Amino acid sequence: MSAAAPAAPAAAGIDRRGRGPSRTVGPGRVVAFVVLVLMAVAWLLPFLWAVDTALKTEEDAASPDASWIPANGFTLDSFREVLAVGNVPIWAWNSLLTSVLITAITVAISALAAYAFARIDFKGRGWLYAVVIASIMVPGQVLIIPLYYEMLALRLVDTYWGLILPQVIAPAMVFILKKFFDQVPIELEDAARIDGAGRARIFWSVVLPLSRPILASVAIFVFIGAWNNFLWPFLVINDTALMTLPVGLQTVISAYGIVYSQVMAQAVLAALPLIVVFLLFQRQIIKGVATSGFGGT
Amino acid sequence: MSTTAQTGTTEPPVAAITDPGRTRRSSDRVAGWLFVAPFLVFFVMFLIWPMIHGIYLSFTDISLTGAGGAFVGLENYAEAFRDSDMWRSLGNTAWFTLLSTVPLVVIALVMAVLVEQGLPGQWLWRLSFFMPFLLASTVISQIWVWIFNPQLGAANAVMEMLGFEGRAWLQDPATAMLGIVIATVWWTIGFNFLLYLAALQNIPSQQYEAASIDGAGRFRQFWSITMPQLLPTTVLILLLQVLASLKLFDQVYQMTGGGPGGATRSILQYVYEVGFTAFRFGYSAAISYVFFAMIIVISLVQLRVMRRSAS
Repeated sequence: MSAAAPAAPAAAGIDRRGRGPSRTVGPGRVVAFVVLVLMAVAWLLPFLWAVDTALKTEEDAASPDASWIPANGFTLDSFREVLAVGNVPIWAWNSLLTSVLITAITVAISALAAYAFARIDFKGRGWLYAVVIASIMVPGQVLIIPLYYEMLALRLVDTYWGLILPQVIAPAMVFILKKFFDQVPIELEDAARIDGAGRARIFWSVVLPLSRPILASVAIFVFIGAWNNFLWPFLVINDTALMTLPVGLQTVISAYGIVYSQVMAQAVLAALPLIVVFLLFQRQIIKGVATSGFGGT
Repeated sequence: MSTTAQTGTTEPPVAAITDPGRTRRSSDRVAGWLFVAPFLVFFVMFLIWPMIHGIYLSFTDISLTGAGGAFVGLENYAEAFRDSDMWRSLGNTAWFTLLSTVPLVVIALVMAVLVEQGLPGQWLWRLSFFMPFLLASTVISQIWVWIFNPQLGAANAVMEMLGFEGRAWLQDPATAMLGIVIATVWWTIGFNFLLYLAALQNIPSQQYEAASIDGAGRFRQFWSITMPQLLPTTVLILLLQVLASLKLFDQVYQMTGGGPGGATRSILQYVYEVGFTAFRFGYSAAISYVFFAMIIVISLVQLRVMRRSAS
């Protein structure tokens, strides 16, 4: 990131911040700006239209002459309705609980394994790591049949753990963390070892503190995936009280998906938490996804 | 941090005695497995075992209820190869992958390059392009079903404004897949956009400065510095994107249910339907593995191309 705040500009037109081509205001820059604005508008409009619909009375939402400003004014009725009758708060809680647990478990077990692969010379390390790396190519989706069968056998269908456990395996994250641990200066660990620290101590008090940014990256990436996961929660949970937000909303829509303003109010409500989180932690999230994203999904 | 580390090792006697990190210490043999154990338990339980057990299931006629389960040999695979519904959903998946991959790579590149010009409003551009990626498939499906609504939708309003006739986008076999592609590009482009943005920021600015001193214009700089530097990233994004597109399910299932008449049904949806609505677990497992084999072949081909272009 800190792309080396370069020395004073060597030539006119080179910005001090120094990323990308020169920054003089020319016709090219104006064109770039206009194109960017058009694209941003195109990308924002669908969501804004959903918000707009959610704020309308149903009469306006279902009116054939769609307009941004509704004839009967804006209202929060749809949001009230959705929150009052639906299970949205329960589903949001289920989503939060399971996503947090998935993230915590994934990061913990992946970091431990990655550290061992990077730094501990144990017998079998080579082939075991090779198997883990090869498994990055296995898309979880092709395992739904045997996984579901296994959940039936373990009696984990329709339980939180049945939802959570199959989602904590992230070989790509092990790969990313291992690459990071590879670069932690071994001298630091040696110094701690000379002081008499064992492996666990070294990992906990030397390596982990240095790894906070990469751990945050991985955690953010895993959390977004867990929060939005659809297929597995959809398969393994049938009990309305245990559903996550994406799955729960889907059942409501298919049950009575005709009240447009309420459907959009639900969509907006479901989107809101992550948008707020994104606005608060924009920089970390962008960095997290960019770092972990290359590990594949 | 590296400076402190170096002072740590410049004490010759201690470092020489312990010679750390190079000799295998007996305690490490146990420690290594202990560190790996928690991951390994879940890895075996929820990835390795299902993968192996799934192969076995694919040779049986077991149902979702656990009934049946007799060994039927290759019968499921033989049926799969004769199953026109399977081929059709595979075809749909391939068609979607082709249609979606190109815009998802090209538009993301354009977005990232434009944003990286340092124009004002950085947070707004990032928010606009990346935010949809944070939305659940349920949310984006509802939004786009609403936009593509034949009577009330914004898509037809725009079409009519431009002088075209509105159409029933998602109900018409000719346009349903296009509608899915549009929704998907909108939804997931932010991911590729961020990967490109990160890659652009890793290009040393000195290169641009040098080119600028040599009198290279902006386009010249783009073609001779930016594009070559982005090649490895582009290959990687292509690889990830093809794999992601092949796994199409969520948005199709929720936007069209695979319709009209199976025109948008993806292979994963077919796996789901055979397994969970027709209850034919064994046959469903067999179809999964046909799909799995295809993914492996495609990944290997891509990896090979990638390696060649990297060298």
